[in-house]
Amino acid sequence: MLELRNVTKIFKIGGGLGLFGRRTIKAVDSVSFTIPSDKPLIVALVGESGSGKTTIAKIILGLLKPTSGEVLYKGRSVSDWIKRDKLKYFKEVQPIFQDPYSIYNPFYRIDRILELVIKKFNLASSKREAKDLIIKAMKDLGLRPEDLLGRYPHQLSGGERQRFMLTRILLIKPKLIVADEPVSMIDVSLKAIFLNQLVSLKDKLKASCLYITHDLNIASYIADRIIVLCHGKVIEEGPAEEIIKDPLHPYTKLLIDSIPIPNPRCRWRETVDLTRLESFKKLKAEEGCIFSARCPYVREICKTKAPPFEEVKPDRKVACFLYM
Amino acid sequence: MNPLLEVIDLRVYYKSIWGDYKSVDGVSFKTYENEILGIAGESGCGKSTLVEGILGLIKPPGYIPSGKVMFEGIDLLKLSEEELRKIRFKKLAYIPQGAMNSLNPVIRIEEQMIDAMLDHSDIDKEEAKNLALSMLKEVGLPVEVARMYPHELSGGMKQRVIIATTIAFKPKLVIADEPTTALDVVVQKGILQLLRKLKEDYKMTVIVVSHDMAAHAQIADRIVIMYAGKIVEIGNIYDVFEDPLHPYTKGLISAIPSMGKRYIKGISGLSPSPLNWPSGCRFHPRCNYAMDICSKIEPDMKEIKPGRWVACHLYG
Repeated sequence: MLELRNVTKIFKIGGGLGLFGRRTIKAVDSVSFTIPSDKPLIVALVGESGSGKTTIAKIILGLLKPTSGEVLYKGRSVSDWIKRDKLKYFKEVQPIFQDPYSIYNPFYRIDRILELVIKKFNLASSKREAKDLIIKAMKDLGLRPEDLLGRYPHQLSGGERQRFMLTRILLIKPKLIVADEPVSMIDVSLKAIFLNQLVSLKDKLKASCLYITHDLNIASYIADRIIVLCHGKVIEEGPAEEIIKDPLHPYTKLLIDSIPIPNPRCRWRETVDLTRLESFKKLKAEEGCIFSARCPYVREICKTKAPPFEEVKPDRKVACFLYM
Repeated sequence: MNPLLEVIDLRVYYKSIWGDYKSVDGVSFKTYENEILGIAGESGCGKSTLVEGILGLIKPPGYIPSGKVMFEGIDLLKLSEEELRKIRFKKLAYIPQGAMNSLNPVIRIEEQMIDAMLDHSDIDKEEAKNLALSMLKEVGLPVEVARMYPHELSGGMKQRVIIATTIAFKPKLVIADEPTTALDVVVQKGILQLLRKLKEDYKMTVIVVSHDMAAHAQIADRIVIMYAGKIVEIGNIYDVFEDPLHPYTKGLISAIPSMGKRYIKGISGLSPSPLNWPSGCRFHPRCNYAMDICSKIEPDMKEIKPGRWVACHLYG
C-alpha cells in the first residue's frame, strides 16, 4: 500500500546569505520500507530523537518534499496524489500528531473540527445526519458527546484532545493512519485507553497504521512489525515480537537493554559506563556504518564500509556486518 | 528510625479570581537517610508543587495555608530566606525540572559551576575549581567539559553537569524533579543509575519526582503515589508494584505498557480540577470499587502494616 523508495532528506542550515558556514544535515538517509495492503498492520517506526522519524512522517503526509527518492501510495507517488487528488489522498491517509495542544484553533469550539471534516469529505447530506455521525463516532470511542461537544479546546485535557482526534479518524475511515508520538504528552492512565482504541481501529476500519515512537514499551505492545531507525537509516526490520525477543543489530540491542521495565524485580542488569555514555565527538560516524562510533562490536570493515540492509533470517532484515 | 525529612499536613494553594487552586492539599510523608524515595503521579496531581513547597520556593499568588516541613529537627517553613540559603545546596539540594536548559549559553561550564559553589560557601576560587573538576569526574564526564560551553554538550551531558554541581557539597537530601524527562532511553538509564550510585557513595537521600512508573521501578526504594493533591498510597517499591492497595495505584500499574505485557487497561474518566476537587475520596468518580461512603467522607491515610500506608475506605 505504502512504499518508500530510497527516501533521502537533506536539510540545509545556517549560513547568512548562503555564503558562510552553511552546513547540511542528512535527516533521512535512503530509507526504504513498505506497508503491505493485504492485511491491516500496525508498523512501529522506532528511533531516538534526531533519528528522522518525524521527517519521514512529514514526507509521507506531503508536508515535506524528499531531496531524492520517492514515496508511493497505491503505486502512485505522493507528490502526484497531492497535486491531482489531494482530497482523495487525505481521505485515505490521515495523520495524528504529537502535540494535542497546538492542533486545535483556540477560537473555535471543538465540534468545528468534525463539522469541517464532514463538509470537506462530503460525509453527510444534512446537518442532522452530520450530528448523528459525530455522536455515533464519539460513542464508539467511549467519549460522552454531551460532555464534550460545544466546548472549547482549552477546556479539554490532553488525553481527551487526542481521543477526540480519533473521532476524526473514525469519521474519515482512512486506510492508513500516520501517528507521530500521539501519546507522548498524555498521562499513563489515558495513554492505555488511547492505545487500545488505536488497536481496535485497525480491526474496525481495516486500516493500517504507521506508529512513530521512541518508546519500545509502547511499540512492543501495539505493533505487529517494528522498523528501527538510527541517524536517519533503517538498521533493522521484522516482526515486533521477534525483534523484542531477539534483537539482531547492536543498536537495537542497546535500545532494548536500556528500556526501563516497570517492575522492580526486573532491574537493569548491567551498568552503563558513564564515561562512554555520550561523547562530544560525533555520535554519528561519517563513514562506514553510522553506528560504528558507538558500537561495542565494531570491526575494521565497519569503519570504512556501510553494511547492506539484507534479510539474514526469514523476514528479519538487518544492516550489520556481524550477520554477513 | 528517625526521618531525615518529615512533611506534615502540607498545603500549597494558588490564589485566583475563581478561588483557590488547591494544588497540594494536606500531604504527609517521611523520608529516611540513605534511600531513594519516588514520588509518582500524573500531570496536575501536585508533585512539583509539593517539592517547591518543601523547598520554600512558593511565590505569590501561591501560599502555604498550613503544614510543617521538618528537616533535621527544624521547620523549614519557619526559616527566613537568608537562613534557607545557608541550608540549600549544602544540605538540601534541588534539581528542578528542565534544569539542564538553565545553563547560561555564553559562560563556560566550569565558571558556572564555580559560581554556584562560591555563592553558597566560603571556599576560595582555587578550591572551587578543583572541586568542580573532581565532581565532573564523579559523574563520568571528561575534564575537557569544564572549558566548554553548554551548546557543545548533549542533553544528558548537561544534566550531568547539573547533577555534579548540585551534589558538590555532599548534601544530605537531593530532590530531583523529572530528572530524565526529554532524554533518550540510553541516556535516561545512565542518569538514573548515576543517581543510584551517588546515593550509595555519598549516603545521600534522593527524592525523585517522576510521572514515569518504570523509572521508579528501576531505582526507587520506596514510593509515594499522589492523586489530586493528596497522597493515596506509600510503600516499599516491591509491595506497591506487586500488591497495589489503592484502586488508583492498581489502575496506574495495569495501565503501563511494557515489553511482554499482553494487555493494558486505562483508567476511564478525567483527572479532576484543583479548583474544585470531588467531595469525599477524590478518586471516587473514576473508581470501580466506589461505595456510598466514598463520595461523602474523605478517607484518612492509614498504616495497614509497618511502612505501608493507604487512604481508601476499602481498608478499614
